[in-house]
Amino acid sequence: MSHEHVSNEKRIWTVFGLLSLITIVEVFFGIVKPDFLHMNSFLAMTLLNWLFIILTIVKAYYIVWAFMHMEGEKSTLKNAVVLPLIFLILYLVFILLTEGNYIYEVFKNSTIKWNF
Amino acid sequence: METTVTTANSEEKTWGGGNEPMGASYGKLMMWFFIVSDALTFSGFLAAYGFSRFKFIETWPLADEVFTHFPFMHGVSAPMYYVAFMTFILIFSSVTMVLAVDAGHSLNKGKVTIYMFLTIIGGLIFVGSQAWEWKNFIKGEYGAIETKGGSLLQFVDKEGHRVALADFAATLPEERAQLGRDKAKWFMSEPVLPTYSVAEVQAGFKSHPDILVRTEVLKNKQKTVLSREESELRLSQAAIVIEGANLERNEYGSKLFADFFFFITGFHGFHVFSGVVFNIIIFFNVLLGTYDKRKSYEMVEKVGLYWHFVDLVWVFVFTFFYLV
Repeated sequence: MSHEHVSNEKRIWTVFGLLSLITIVEVFFGIVKPDFLHMNSFLAMTLLNWLFIILTIVKAYYIVWAFMHMEGEKSTLKNAVVLPLIFLILYLVFILLTEGNYIYEVFKNSTIKWNF
Repeated sequence: METTVTTANSEEKTWGGGNEPMGASYGKLMMWFFIVSDALTFSGFLAAYGFSRFKFIETWPLADEVFTHFPFMHGVSAPMYYVAFMTFILIFSSVTMVLAVDAGHSLNKGKVTIYMFLTIIGGLIFVGSQAWEWKNFIKGEYGAIETKGGSLLQFVDKEGHRVALADFAATLPEERAQLGRDKAKWFMSEPVLPTYSVAEVQAGFKSHPDILVRTEVLKNKQKTVLSREESELRLSQAAIVIEGANLERNEYGSKLFADFFFFITGFHGFHVFSGVVFNIIIFFNVLLGTYDKRKSYEMVEKVGLYWHFVDLVWVFVFTFFYLV
């Protein structure tokens, strides 16, 4: 545990400015929904959604690293917390979304219909 | 047997006990691991939301049509602004929290008190905002019709603007009293009757030739509007009038949409509420000088971790419920 009493208020306000800026950008794109982002997709997801998800991960990084002060922790703690989350969440999202898409196709293409 | 004896400051045996291999105290470490498990719980909910959305990808409601309210701006469609405001409140209360932790490092009791207080206020504003959001969601705005097949019909004018049931439904002389336990046998009652009956909506639709039915089906990211003939055909299969939202059905679209909304934002709101309670407890301890005597404000740091985590979850809920 480091016992330096250096105040990092300046960094806190910088990160706050950054998080606010990202939120404003997200809301702007969420309201305007420009066609070139909304109608084009990359790897089965629209560019707009890629933008939102990437900005969200950037925000999450700053909250964990700056506000929760993960940047000052030992690397064993960083890895013990972050790596299981990244692996398990990616795995869970992958299997559930694949399965959801599969069920959608069954309802769409076969004789079973949910909506009469 | 000197090898089995571990003393409090045996630096060479990292895992021998009495020291902190990860450089964090027991309490802080356990808070981190609690956060890991809670993060997985929320991921499970959001992934389940994604599953259901992918399953009904062609009929899922558009979030920016659902959340359009802003306080004191009645009738104005203001998508996203209110949730953006809520996001700012939560991020700002995270900032005051981290400032409190920062002041705690230099044992500045006065500053910690002020910043903890601001954090609590921010949390309360957020919970209140969420209650207001729920109120609007439950009350609904336009109303809709559910067909016998279970699909949802909404109403629009020729330009595609939404029309509320109240704007066109006819008033038929068919007064029907709510069946309550006072008017029936003790085991008989029924859910709250909607303002209009199916027959009233159908009659009103007939006398307003410029109103069309909009289905749930998405085409080019827009809901499909039917022609007048198709609209009449679909409306003849109407079964139930729906106003607002509950756990069984809602006027916005897929039944699961409201269920996930209530469950995920409710679970998050409960986290915010318990975070506020923890913050209040720590706030009073700060006031009493407990941590001043202890010469360590680490408890503020621990609730701070929890509070930032609540903010972190909201960032994801915001993205996946309101933006994507």
